[in-house]
Amino acid sequence: MSANLIPILWESLLQTLYMVAMSTALGTLIGAPLGIFLATSRRGELLSAPVLNSVLGLIVNAARSTPFIILVVAIIPLTRLIAGTSIGTTAAIVPLTIAAAPFIARLIETAIREVDAGLIEAARAMGATPGQIVRKVLIPEAMPGIILGLTLAVVSLIGYSAMVGAVGGEGLGDLGIRYGYQRFMPEVMLAVVIILIVLVQLVQSLGEWIAARFDKRAPRNRGR
Amino acid sequence: MAEPAISFQGVTRRYPQKGGAGDVVALQDIALDVPQGAITGIIGRSGAGKSTLLRMVNGLERPSSGQVIVNGHDVGAASDSALRGIRREVGMIFQHFNLLASRTVAQNIALPLEIAGVDPLNISRRVEELIARVGLTAQTSRYPAELSGGQKQRVGIARALATGPRVLLSDEATSALDPDTTRQVLDLLKDINRDLGLTILLITHEMAVVRDICSHVAVIEAGKIVEAGETYAVFSRPTHPTTRSFLQGVTGVAVPQFVAGQLRPEPDSPQAEAVVQITFTGRHATDPMLARLTSERGVSVNILAGAIEEIGDKPFGSLIVGLPLARLDESRRFLEEHGLLTEVLGYVG
Repeated sequence: MSANLIPILWESLLQTLYMVAMSTALGTLIGAPLGIFLATSRRGELLSAPVLNSVLGLIVNAARSTPFIILVVAIIPLTRLIAGTSIGTTAAIVPLTIAAAPFIARLIETAIREVDAGLIEAARAMGATPGQIVRKVLIPEAMPGIILGLTLAVVSLIGYSAMVGAVGGEGLGDLGIRYGYQRFMPEVMLAVVIILIVLVQLVQSLGEWIAARFDKRAPRNRGR
Repeated sequence: MAEPAISFQGVTRRYPQKGGAGDVVALQDIALDVPQGAITGIIGRSGAGKSTLLRMVNGLERPSSGQVIVNGHDVGAASDSALRGIRREVGMIFQHFNLLASRTVAQNIALPLEIAGVDPLNISRRVEELIARVGLTAQTSRYPAELSGGQKQRVGIARALATGPRVLLSDEATSALDPDTTRQVLDLLKDINRDLGLTILLITHEMAVVRDICSHVAVIEAGKIVEAGETYAVFSRPTHPTTRSFLQGVTGVAVPQFVAGQLRPEPDSPQAEAVVQITFTGRHATDPMLARLTSERGVSVNILAGAIEEIGDKPFGSLIVGLPLARLDESRRFLEEHGLLTEVLGYVG
Protein backbone atom coordinates (compact mmCIF):
# COMPACT_ATOMS: atom_id res chain seq x y z
CA MET A 1 0.00 0.00 0.00
CA SER A 2 1.48 3.29 -1.03
CA ALA A 3 2.24 5.86 1.62
CA ASN A 4 -0.07 8.47 0.09
CA LEU A 5 -3.08 6.34 1.08
CA ILE A 6 -2.37 6.81 4.80
CA PRO A 7 -3.71 10.42 4.90
CA ILE A 8 -6.84 9.30 3.05
CA LEU A 9 -7.41 6.46 5.53
CA TRP A 10 -6.84 8.85 8.41
CA GLU A 11 -9.26 11.40 6.98
CA SER A 12 -11.89 8.69 6.42
CA LEU A 13 -11.46 7.44 9.97
CA LEU A 14 -12.07 10.95 11.29
CA GLN A 15 -15.18 11.28 9.10
CA THR A 16 -16.50 7.97 10.45
CA LEU A 17 -15.81 8.99 14.04
CA TYR A 18 -17.50 12.36 13.42
CA MET A 19 -20.64 10.76 11.96
CA VAL A 20 -20.86 8.07 14.65
CA ALA A 21 -20.21 10.49 17.52
CA MET A 22 -22.72 13.06 16.30
CA SER A 23 -25.45 10.55 15.53
CA THR A 24 -24.91 8.75 18.86
CA ALA A 25 -25.15 12.04 20.76
CA LEU A 26 -28.21 13.28 18.85
CA GLY A 27 -29.79 9.81 18.84
CA THR A 28 -29.38 9.59 22.61
CA LEU A 29 -30.81 13.06 23.06
CA ILE A 30 -33.98 11.92 21.30
CA GLY A 31 -33.89 8.23 22.22
CA ALA A 32 -33.26 8.51 25.96
CA PRO A 33 -36.39 10.47 26.90
CA LEU A 34 -38.37 8.36 24.46
CA GLY A 35 -37.01 5.14 26.00
CA ILE A 36 -37.69 6.34 29.54
CA PHE A 37 -41.23 7.27 28.55
CA LEU A 38 -41.84 3.93 26.81
CA ALA A 39 -40.57 2.10 29.90
CA THR A 40 -42.86 3.90 32.33
CA SER A 41 -46.08 4.74 30.51
CA ARG A 42 -48.01 1.53 30.03
CA ARG A 43 -51.34 1.30 31.83
CA GLY A 44 -50.90 1.48 35.58
CA GLU A 45 -47.24 2.44 35.37
CA LEU A 46 -45.54 5.53 36.75
CA LEU A 47 -46.42 7.94 33.94
CA SER A 48 -49.43 5.90 32.79
CA ALA A 49 -50.37 7.09 29.28
CA PRO A 50 -51.30 3.90 27.43
CA VAL A 51 -52.51 5.55 24.21
CA LEU A 52 -49.42 7.70 23.71
CA ASN A 53 -47.29 4.71 24.67
CA SER A 54 -48.89 2.60 21.93
CA VAL A 55 -48.60 5.34 19.31
CA LEU A 56 -44.92 6.01 20.08
CA GLY A 57 -44.25 2.29 20.21
CA LEU A 58 -45.74 1.94 16.72
CA ILE A 59 -43.62 4.79 15.33
CA VAL A 60 -40.48 3.33 16.89
CA ASN A 61 -41.22 -0.07 15.40
CA ALA A 62 -41.91 1.41 11.98
CA ALA A 63 -38.62 3.32 12.02
CA ARG A 64 -36.74 0.24 13.16
CA SER A 65 -38.21 -2.06 10.53
CA THR A 66 -37.23 0.19 7.62
CA PRO A 67 -33.94 -1.07 6.12
CA PHE A 68 -31.31 1.57 6.70
CA ILE A 69 -30.34 2.01 3.06
CA ILE A 70 -34.00 2.67 2.18
CA LEU A 71 -34.33 5.09 5.09
CA VAL A 72 -31.31 7.03 3.80
CA VAL A 73 -32.87 7.70 0.38
CA ALA A 74 -36.45 7.97 1.60
CA ILE A 75 -35.71 10.91 3.88
CA ILE A 76 -33.54 12.88 1.45
CA PRO A 77 -36.05 15.80 1.45
CA LEU A 78 -35.93 15.93 5.24
CA THR A 79 -32.14 15.73 5.21
CA ARG A 80 -32.01 18.65 2.78
CA LEU A 81 -34.36 20.62 5.03
CA ILE A 82 -32.28 20.03 8.16
CA ALA A 83 -28.69 19.97 6.85
CA GLY A 84 -29.20 22.29 3.88
CA THR A 85 -27.85 19.59 1.58
CA SER A 86 -28.46 15.89 1.07
CA ILE A 87 -24.87 15.10 0.21
CA GLY A 88 -21.80 14.84 2.42
CA THR A 89 -20.69 13.76 5.84
CA THR A 90 -22.79 16.23 7.79
CA ALA A 91 -25.89 15.40 5.76
CA ALA A 92 -25.34 11.71 6.55
CA ILE A 93 -25.77 12.46 10.24
CA VAL A 94 -29.51 13.02 9.67
CA PRO A 95 -30.43 9.48 8.56
CA LEU A 96 -27.93 7.99 11.04
CA THR A 97 -29.61 9.89 13.89
CA ILE A 98 -33.08 8.90 12.73
CA ALA A 99 -32.00 5.27 12.66
CA ALA A 100 -30.21 5.53 16.00
CA ALA A 101 -32.92 7.26 18.06
CA PRO A 102 -35.59 4.51 18.05
CA PHE A 103 -32.92 1.84 18.47
CA ILE A 104 -31.46 3.65 21.48
CA ALA A 105 -34.99 4.24 22.82
CA ARG A 106 -35.70 0.49 22.80
CA LEU A 107 -32.32 -0.32 24.40
CA ILE A 108 -32.90 2.19 27.19
CA GLU A 109 -36.49 1.00 27.64
CA THR A 110 -35.21 -2.57 28.07
CA ALA A 111 -32.55 -1.49 30.57
CA ILE A 112 -35.09 0.46 32.64
CA ARG A 113 -37.61 -2.37 32.59
CA GLU A 114 -34.93 -4.56 34.17
CA VAL A 115 -35.05 -2.42 37.34
CA ASP A 116 -36.82 -4.32 40.13
CA ALA A 117 -40.41 -3.10 40.58
CA GLY A 118 -39.82 -3.29 44.34
CA LEU A 119 -37.51 -0.28 44.08
CA ILE A 120 -40.24 1.78 42.44
CA GLU A 121 -42.63 0.75 45.19
CA ALA A 122 -40.08 1.68 47.87
CA ALA A 123 -39.56 5.10 46.29
CA ARG A 124 -43.32 5.68 46.01
CA ALA A 125 -43.66 4.74 49.68
CA MET A 126 -41.09 7.46 50.46
CA GLY A 127 -43.31 10.02 48.80
CA ALA A 128 -41.23 10.40 45.62
CA THR A 129 -42.75 12.12 42.58
CA PRO A 130 -42.63 10.24 39.26
CA GLY A 131 -39.85 12.60 38.14
CA GLN A 132 -37.81 11.84 41.26
CA ILE A 133 -38.31 8.12 40.74
CA VAL A 134 -36.97 8.41 37.19
CA ARG A 135 -33.98 10.56 38.15
CA LYS A 136 -33.01 9.02 41.47
CA VAL A 137 -34.00 5.39 41.06
CA LEU A 138 -34.63 4.20 37.50
CA ILE A 139 -31.76 5.88 35.64
CA PRO A 140 -29.01 5.20 38.23
CA GLU A 141 -30.14 1.60 38.71
CA ALA A 142 -30.37 0.98 34.96
CA MET A 143 -27.03 2.68 34.23
CA PRO A 144 -24.92 -0.46 33.59
CA GLY A 145 -27.59 -1.71 31.16
CA ILE A 146 -27.91 1.70 29.52
CA ILE A 147 -24.13 1.91 28.95
CA LEU A 148 -24.05 -1.57 27.40
CA GLY A 149 -27.03 -0.61 25.23
CA LEU A 150 -25.30 2.54 24.02
CA THR A 151 -22.19 0.48 23.26
CA LEU A 152 -24.31 -1.78 21.08
CA ALA A 153 -25.79 1.31 19.40
CA VAL A 154 -22.35 2.77 18.65
CA VAL A 155 -21.18 -0.52 17.13
CA SER A 156 -24.31 -0.66 14.96
CA LEU A 157 -23.82 2.95 13.89
CA ILE A 158 -20.24 2.21 12.82
CA GLY A 159 -21.75 -0.44 10.53
CA TYR A 160 -24.53 1.89 9.28
CA SER A 161 -22.02 4.68 8.62
CA ALA A 162 -20.42 2.49 5.97
CA MET A 163 -23.67 2.65 4.00
CA VAL A 164 -24.04 6.42 3.84
CA GLY A 165 -21.52 6.51 1.00
CA ALA A 166 -24.70 6.11 -1.05
CA VAL A 167 -25.46 9.77 -0.34
CA GLY A 168 -21.85 10.92 -0.43
CA GLY A 169 -21.42 10.38 3.28
CA GLU A 170 -17.72 9.45 2.97
CA GLY A 171 -15.98 7.77 5.88
CA LEU A 172 -14.23 4.40 6.04
CA GLY A 173 -16.98 2.31 4.47
CA ASP A 174 -17.23 4.65 1.52
CA LEU A 175 -13.45 4.59 1.10
CA GLY A 176 -13.47 0.81 1.07
CA ILE A 177 -16.11 0.72 -1.67
CA ARG A 178 -14.62 3.44 -3.85
CA TYR A 179 -10.93 2.45 -3.66
CA GLY A 180 -11.08 -1.17 -2.67
CA TYR A 181 -13.95 -2.29 -4.93
CA GLN A 182 -14.33 0.25 -7.75
CA ARG A 183 -10.58 0.90 -8.23
CA PHE A 184 -9.50 -2.69 -7.62
CA MET A 185 -7.29 -1.90 -4.61
CA PRO A 186 -7.93 -4.85 -2.31
CA GLU A 187 -5.23 -3.63 0.12
CA VAL A 188 -7.39 -0.54 0.83
CA MET A 189 -10.40 -2.77 1.46
CA LEU A 190 -8.30 -4.87 3.84
CA ALA A 191 -6.99 -1.79 5.67
CA VAL A 192 -10.53 -0.44 6.08
CA VAL A 193 -11.79 -3.75 7.43
CA ILE A 194 -8.91 -4.02 9.90
CA ILE A 195 -9.43 -0.46 11.12
CA LEU A 196 -13.15 -1.13 11.61
CA ILE A 197 -12.44 -4.35 13.52
CA VAL A 198 -10.02 -2.52 15.85
CA LEU A 199 -12.49 0.36 16.26
CA VAL A 200 -15.37 -1.94 17.20
CA GLN A 201 -13.16 -3.84 19.63
CA LEU A 202 -12.11 -0.60 21.30
CA VAL A 203 -15.68 0.67 21.57
CA GLN A 204 -16.91 -2.65 22.97
CA SER A 205 -14.13 -2.90 25.56
CA LEU A 206 -14.54 0.72 26.61
CA GLY A 207 -18.31 0.27 26.97
CA GLU A 208 -17.92 -2.86 29.06
CA TRP A 209 -15.32 -1.16 31.26
CA ILE A 210 -17.56 1.84 31.92
CA ALA A 211 -20.59 -0.39 32.55
CA ALA A 212 -18.60 -2.44 35.07
CA ARG A 213 -17.63 0.78 36.87
CA PHE A 214 -21.31 1.59 37.27
CA ASP A 215 -22.31 -1.93 38.24
CA LYS A 216 -22.39 -2.39 42.03
CA ARG A 217 -24.66 -5.43 41.90
CA ALA A 218 -21.90 -8.01 42.35
CA PRO A 219 -19.40 -7.84 45.20
CA ARG A 220 -16.14 -6.40 43.91
CA ASN A 221 -12.88 -8.28 44.15
CA ARG A 222 -11.03 -6.44 46.82
CA GLY A 223 -7.30 -6.30 47.44
CA ARG A 224 -6.18 -7.14 43.93
CA MET B 1 -58.86 5.90 74.91
CA ALA B 2 -56.30 7.59 72.66
CA GLU B 3 -56.97 8.01 68.96
CA PRO B 4 -55.79 4.95 67.05
CA ALA B 5 -52.73 5.59 64.84
CA ILE B 6 -54.39 3.79 61.97
CA SER B 7 -58.06 3.06 61.58
CA PHE B 8 -59.62 0.89 58.88
CA GLN B 9 -63.32 1.63 58.62
CA GLY B 10 -65.40 -0.72 56.51
CA VAL B 11 -62.59 -1.13 53.98
CA THR B 12 -63.32 -3.21 50.91
CA ARG B 13 -61.01 -3.73 47.95
CA ARG B 14 -62.24 -5.27 44.71
CA TYR B 15 -60.19 -5.98 41.62
CA PRO B 16 -62.15 -5.96 38.38
CA GLN B 17 -61.50 -9.04 36.29
CA LYS B 18 -60.66 -8.93 32.61
CA GLY B 19 -63.61 -9.97 30.47
CA GLY B 20 -66.11 -8.79 33.11
CA ALA B 21 -66.12 -12.14 34.91
CA GLY B 22 -67.05 -10.43 38.18
CA ASP B 23 -64.72 -8.76 40.66
CA VAL B 24 -62.19 -10.45 42.87
CA VAL B 25 -62.71 -9.29 46.42
CA ALA B 26 -59.30 -8.97 48.08
CA LEU B 27 -60.55 -7.35 51.27
CA GLN B 28 -64.05 -7.32 52.63
CA ASP B 29 -65.44 -4.85 55.12
CA ILE B 30 -62.30 -4.56 57.23
CA ALA B 31 -62.73 -2.74 60.53
CA LEU B 32 -59.56 -2.51 62.57
CA ASP B 33 -57.93 0.01 64.86
CA VAL B 34 -54.16 0.01 65.21
CA PRO B 35 -53.27 1.53 68.58
CA GLN B 36 -50.79 4.40 68.88
CA GLY B 37 -47.26 3.39 69.87
CA ALA B 38 -47.92 -0.35 69.81
CA ILE B 39 -46.60 -3.14 67.61
CA THR B 40 -49.51 -4.73 65.81
CA GLY B 41 -49.22 -7.83 63.69
CA ILE B 42 -51.51 -8.90 60.90
CA ILE B 43 -51.10 -12.59 60.29
CA GLY B 44 -52.49 -14.56 57.40
CA ARG B 45 -51.58 -17.03 54.73
CA SER B 46 -50.38 -15.85 51.33
CA GLY B 47 -53.28 -14.49 49.34
CA ALA B 48 -55.30 -13.68 52.46
CA GLY B 49 -55.11 -9.96 51.65
CA LYS B 50 -52.66 -8.80 54.30
CA SER B 51 -50.33 -7.23 51.78
CA THR B 52 -53.15 -5.23 50.20
CA LEU B 53 -54.28 -4.13 53.65
CA LEU B 54 -50.80 -2.92 54.61
CA ARG B 55 -50.40 -0.98 51.34
CA MET B 56 -53.58 0.95 52.03
CA VAL B 57 -51.90 2.66 54.95
CA ASN B 58 -49.51 4.57 52.68
CA GLY B 59 -51.83 4.73 49.71
CA LEU B 60 -49.95 2.27 47.50
CA GLU B 61 -53.39 0.66 47.28
CA ARG B 62 -56.67 2.50 47.53
CA PRO B 63 -59.87 1.11 49.02
CA SER B 64 -62.84 0.50 46.70
CA SER B 65 -65.02 1.61 49.58
CA GLY B 66 -64.54 2.52 53.22
CA GLN B 67 -61.91 4.73 54.81
CA VAL B 68 -58.33 4.34 55.97
CA ILE B 69 -57.43 7.02 58.51
CA VAL B 70 -53.71 7.45 59.28
CA ASN B 71 -52.57 10.09 61.75
CA GLY B 72 -55.90 11.82 61.17
CA HIS B 73 -55.62 11.84 57.34
CA ASP B 74 -58.08 10.02 55.10
CA VAL B 75 -55.49 8.26 52.95
CA GLY B 76 -57.90 6.76 50.45
CA ALA B 77 -59.31 10.18 49.56
CA ALA B 78 -56.00 12.10 49.55
CA SER B 79 -54.80 13.83 46.38
CA ASP B 80 -51.48 12.70 44.89
CA SER B 81 -49.56 15.58 46.42
CA ALA B 82 -51.25 15.22 49.83
CA LEU B 83 -50.44 11.53 49.64
CA ARG B 84 -46.74 12.24 49.14
CA GLY B 85 -46.80 14.29 52.33
CA ILE B 86 -48.55 11.51 54.25
CA ARG B 87 -46.03 8.98 52.96
CA ARG B 88 -43.18 10.91 54.56
CA GLU B 89 -44.86 10.27 57.91
CA VAL B 90 -45.10 6.55 57.21
CA GLY B 91 -41.93 4.47 56.80
CA MET B 92 -41.95 1.07 55.13
CA ILE B 93 -39.63 -1.94 55.11
CA PHE B 94 -39.82 -4.88 52.73
CA GLN B 95 -39.22 -8.61 52.60
CA HIS B 96 -36.61 -8.23 49.86
CA PHE B 97 -35.24 -4.99 51.31
CA ASN B 98 -35.64 -3.02 48.04
CA LEU B 99 -32.34 -1.22 48.40
CA LEU B 100 -30.76 0.57 45.44
CA ALA B 101 -27.81 -1.51 44.24
CA SER B 102 -26.16 1.60 42.82
CA ARG B 103 -26.08 3.40 46.17
CA THR B 104 -23.94 2.81 49.24
CA VAL B 105 -25.47 2.21 52.67
CA ALA B 106 -25.25 5.93 53.49
CA GLN B 107 -26.64 6.95 50.09
CA ASN B 108 -29.55 4.53 50.41
CA ILE B 109 -30.48 5.97 53.79
CA ALA B 110 -30.17 9.48 52.34
CA LEU B 111 -32.65 8.79 49.53
CA PRO B 112 -35.91 9.62 51.37
CA LEU B 113 -34.27 12.79 52.70
CA GLU B 114 -33.22 13.83 49.19
CA ILE B 115 -36.77 13.15 48.03
CA ALA B 116 -38.13 15.31 50.84
CA GLY B 117 -35.78 18.12 49.79
CA VAL B 118 -33.65 18.20 52.94
CA ASP B 119 -30.42 20.18 52.44
CA PRO B 120 -27.21 18.11 52.03
CA LEU B 121 -25.62 19.21 55.30
CA ASN B 122 -28.59 18.06 57.36
CA ILE B 123 -28.81 14.88 55.29
CA SER B 124 -25.29 13.77 56.16
CA ARG B 125 -25.80 14.52 59.84
CA ARG B 126 -29.09 12.63 59.97
CA VAL B 127 -27.67 9.68 57.99
CA GLU B 128 -24.75 9.34 60.38
CA GLU B 129 -27.16 9.28 63.31
CA LEU B 130 -29.34 6.61 61.66
CA ILE B 131 -26.38 4.41 60.73
CA ALA B 132 -25.24 4.46 64.35
CA ARG B 133 -28.81 3.70 65.48
CA VAL B 134 -28.94 0.47 63.45
CA GLY B 135 -25.31 -0.45 64.17
CA LEU B 136 -23.84 -0.25 60.68
CA THR B 137 -21.11 2.37 61.19
CA ALA B 138 -18.46 0.03 59.74
CA GLN B 139 -20.53 -0.52 56.59
CA THR B 140 -21.27 3.13 55.77
CA SER B 141 -19.71 3.13 52.30
CA ARG B 142 -20.42 -0.48 51.37
CA TYR B 143 -22.86 -1.39 48.61
CA PRO B 144 -25.89 -3.62 49.32
CA ALA B 145 -24.33 -6.51 47.36
CA GLU B 146 -21.56 -6.61 49.97
CA LEU B 147 -23.97 -6.94 52.93
CA SER B 148 -25.66 -9.90 54.61
CA GLY B 149 -29.45 -10.16 54.66
CA GLY B 150 -29.65 -8.90 58.23
CA GLN B 151 -27.45 -5.91 57.43
CA LYS B 152 -29.56 -5.11 54.37
CA GLN B 153 -32.71 -5.08 56.50
CA ARG B 154 -30.97 -2.75 58.98
CA VAL B 155 -30.31 -0.37 56.11
CA GLY B 156 -33.99 -0.73 55.16
CA ILE B 157 -35.02 0.14 58.71
CA ALA B 158 -32.67 3.14 58.89
CA ARG B 159 -34.00 4.35 55.54
CA ALA B 160 -37.60 3.95 56.71
CA LEU B 161 -36.83 6.01 59.82
CA ALA B 162 -34.98 8.77 57.95
CA THR B 163 -37.83 11.25 57.64
CA GLY B 164 -38.90 10.72 61.26
CA PRO B 165 -42.16 8.88 60.57
CA ARG B 166 -44.79 8.18 63.23
CA VAL B 167 -45.78 4.88 61.70
CA LEU B 168 -43.60 2.05 60.39
CA LEU B 169 -45.03 -0.57 58.03
CA SER B 170 -43.27 -3.90 57.78
CA ASP B 171 -44.01 -6.18 54.85
CA GLU B 172 -42.75 -9.64 55.88
CA ALA B 173 -39.48 -7.98 56.88
CA THR B 174 -37.97 -11.11 58.38
CA SER B 175 -39.35 -13.75 56.03
CA ALA B 176 -36.17 -13.88 53.95
CA LEU B 177 -33.89 -14.11 56.98
CA ASP B 178 -32.52 -17.02 59.02
CA PRO B 179 -33.75 -17.50 62.62
CA ASP B 180 -30.79 -15.76 64.30
CA THR B 181 -30.96 -12.75 62.02
CA THR B 182 -34.75 -12.66 62.38
CA ARG B 183 -34.28 -12.46 66.12
CA GLN B 184 -31.87 -9.51 65.79
CA VAL B 185 -34.09 -7.60 63.37
CA LEU B 186 -37.13 -8.16 65.61
CA ASP B 187 -35.16 -6.92 68.60
CA LEU B 188 -34.20 -3.80 66.66
CA LEU B 189 -37.86 -3.17 65.77
CA LYS B 190 -38.81 -3.62 69.40
CA ASP B 191 -36.09 -1.16 70.45
CA ILE B 192 -37.16 1.56 68.05
CA ASN B 193 -40.78 1.04 69.01
CA ARG B 194 -39.85 1.61 72.63
CA ASP B 195 -37.30 4.41 72.12
CA LEU B 196 -39.18 6.44 69.52
CA GLY B 197 -42.74 5.57 70.50
CA LEU B 198 -43.21 4.54 66.89
CA THR B 199 -46.39 2.71 65.89
CA ILE B 200 -45.45 -0.43 63.98
CA LEU B 201 -47.85 -2.37 61.77
CA LEU B 202 -46.40 -5.55 60.39
CA ILE B 203 -47.68 -8.36 58.25
CA THR B 204 -46.33 -11.86 58.56
CA HIS B 205 -47.23 -15.49 58.06
CA GLU B 206 -45.21 -16.56 61.08
CA MET B 207 -46.92 -16.69 64.45
CA ALA B 208 -43.47 -16.65 66.09
CA VAL B 209 -43.00 -13.05 64.92
CA VAL B 210 -46.32 -12.08 66.49
CA ARG B 211 -45.45 -13.91 69.70
CA ASP B 212 -42.04 -12.26 69.94
CA ILE B 213 -42.84 -8.60 69.37
CA CYS B 214 -46.53 -7.84 68.80
CA SER B 215 -48.69 -6.55 71.61
CA HIS B 216 -51.74 -6.69 69.31
CA VAL B 217 -52.68 -9.08 66.55
CA ALA B 218 -55.27 -9.44 63.84
CA VAL B 219 -55.80 -12.69 61.98
CA ILE B 220 -56.87 -12.34 58.37
CA GLU B 221 -58.39 -15.08 56.27
CA ALA B 222 -59.76 -14.75 52.72
CA GLY B 223 -59.99 -10.95 52.94
CA LYS B 224 -61.67 -10.80 56.32
CA ILE B 225 -60.39 -10.17 59.83
CA VAL B 226 -61.47 -13.28 61.72
CA GLU B 227 -59.97 -12.46 65.08
CA ALA B 228 -58.26 -9.43 66.60
CA GLY B 229 -57.17 -8.13 69.96
CA GLU B 230 -54.28 -8.12 72.36
CA THR B 231 -51.86 -10.85 71.41
CA TYR B 232 -52.04 -12.27 74.86
CA ALA B 233 -55.81 -12.60 74.84
CA VAL B 234 -55.90 -14.05 71.32
CA PHE B 235 -53.18 -16.55 72.16
CA SER B 236 -54.83 -17.75 75.32
CA ARG B 237 -58.37 -17.95 73.93
CA PRO B 238 -58.18 -18.48 70.18
CA THR B 239 -61.69 -18.84 68.78
CA HIS B 240 -61.18 -19.16 65.03
CA PRO B 241 -59.76 -22.33 63.45
CA THR B 242 -57.26 -20.27 61.42
CA THR B 243 -55.88 -18.74 64.60
CA ARG B 244 -55.64 -22.16 66.19
CA SER B 245 -53.77 -23.57 63.25
CA PHE B 246 -51.33 -20.64 63.28
CA LEU B 247 -50.81 -21.14 66.99
CA GLN B 248 -49.96 -24.80 66.65
CA GLY B 249 -46.33 -25.32 67.38
CA VAL B 250 -45.81 -21.70 68.38
CA THR B 251 -47.29 -21.68 71.83
CA GLY B 252 -47.42 -24.32 74.44
CA VAL B 253 -46.23 -27.78 73.87
CA ALA B 254 -47.05 -30.88 71.93
CA VAL B 255 -48.32 -34.12 73.45
CA PRO B 256 -45.26 -36.41 73.79
CA GLN B 257 -44.98 -39.18 71.20
CA PHE B 258 -45.46 -42.09 73.62
CA VAL B 259 -48.74 -40.58 74.84
CA ALA B 260 -49.97 -39.38 71.48
CA GLY B 261 -49.91 -42.95 70.14
CA GLN B 262 -52.29 -44.19 72.85
CA LEU B 263 -54.63 -41.19 72.88
CA ARG B 264 -58.34 -42.08 72.48
CA PRO B 265 -61.24 -39.68 71.99
CA GLU B 266 -63.26 -41.53 74.65
CA PRO B 267 -62.09 -43.29 77.84
CA ASP B 268 -61.84 -47.08 77.49
CA SER B 269 -62.29 -47.78 81.21
CA PRO B 270 -63.13 -45.96 84.45
CA GLN B 271 -59.44 -46.25 85.39
CA ALA B 272 -58.38 -44.18 82.34
CA GLU B 273 -56.35 -41.00 82.59
CA ALA B 274 -57.50 -37.79 80.92
CA VAL B 275 -54.82 -35.85 79.00
CA VAL B 276 -55.49 -32.19 79.63
CA GLN B 277 -53.84 -29.07 78.27
CA ILE B 278 -53.71 -26.31 80.86
CA THR B 279 -53.00 -22.76 79.75
CA PHE B 280 -51.73 -20.33 82.35
CA THR B 281 -52.51 -16.72 81.70
CA GLY B 282 -51.55 -13.45 83.32
CA ARG B 283 -50.56 -13.48 86.95
CA HIS B 284 -51.69 -17.10 87.30
CA ALA B 285 -48.82 -18.19 85.10
CA THR B 286 -46.54 -18.08 88.07
CA ASP B 287 -48.94 -19.48 90.70
CA PRO B 288 -48.26 -23.06 91.82
CA MET B 289 -51.80 -24.17 90.93
CA LEU B 290 -50.96 -27.81 90.27
CA ALA B 291 -49.30 -28.13 93.66
CA ARG B 292 -52.43 -26.69 95.24
CA LEU B 293 -54.61 -29.12 93.28
CA THR B 294 -52.61 -31.95 94.82
CA SER B 295 -52.32 -30.60 98.37
CA GLU B 296 -55.83 -29.13 98.73
CA ARG B 297 -57.83 -31.65 96.72
CA GLY B 298 -55.60 -34.69 96.88
CA VAL B 299 -55.58 -35.15 93.09
CA SER B 300 -52.41 -36.70 91.74
CA VAL B 301 -51.18 -34.87 88.68
CA ASN B 302 -48.99 -36.52 86.08
CA ILE B 303 -47.02 -33.85 84.17
CA LEU B 304 -46.35 -34.92 80.57
CA ALA B 305 -44.98 -31.75 78.98
CA GLY B 306 -44.78 -28.06 79.67
CA ALA B 307 -43.29 -24.69 78.89
CA ILE B 308 -43.52 -21.10 80.02
CA GLU B 309 -42.71 -18.27 77.59
CA GLU B 310 -43.33 -14.58 77.22
CA ILE B 311 -46.01 -13.24 74.93
CA GLY B 312 -46.71 -9.54 74.73
CA ASP B 313 -44.33 -9.11 77.67
CA LYS B 314 -46.47 -11.33 79.91
CA PRO B 315 -45.71 -14.85 81.07
CA PHE B 316 -47.68 -17.47 79.19
CA GLY B 317 -47.55 -21.08 80.34
CA SER B 318 -48.78 -24.25 78.84
CA LEU B 319 -48.78 -27.68 80.46
CA ILE B 320 -49.98 -31.07 79.35
CA VAL B 321 -50.91 -33.27 82.28
CA GLY B 322 -52.58 -36.56 83.01
CA LEU B 323 -55.49 -36.48 85.49
CA PRO B 324 -57.42 -39.46 86.86
CA LEU B 325 -60.76 -39.73 85.04
CA ALA B 326 -62.70 -39.94 88.30
CA ARG B 327 -61.43 -36.56 89.42
CA LEU B 328 -61.42 -34.85 86.02
CA ASP B 329 -64.50 -32.61 86.31
CA GLU B 330 -63.65 -31.52 89.84
CA SER B 331 -60.03 -30.74 88.89
CA ARG B 332 -61.03 -28.73 85.84
CA ARG B 333 -63.50 -26.72 87.89
CA PHE B 334 -60.83 -26.00 90.49
CA LEU B 335 -58.33 -24.83 87.87
CA GLU B 336 -60.85 -22.72 85.92
CA GLU B 337 -62.02 -21.05 89.11
CA HIS B 338 -58.45 -19.89 89.53
CA GLY B 339 -58.26 -18.38 86.07
CA LEU B 340 -56.57 -21.20 84.18
CA LEU B 341 -57.82 -22.60 80.88
CA THR B 342 -58.22 -26.32 80.43
CA GLU B 343 -58.89 -28.43 77.41
CA VAL B 344 -59.22 -32.22 77.30
CA LEU B 345 -57.09 -33.56 74.45
CA GLY B 346 -58.06 -37.23 74.91
CA TYR B 347 -57.80 -40.25 77.15
CA VAL B 348 -55.23 -42.93 77.80
CA GLY B 349 -55.98 -46.47 78.99
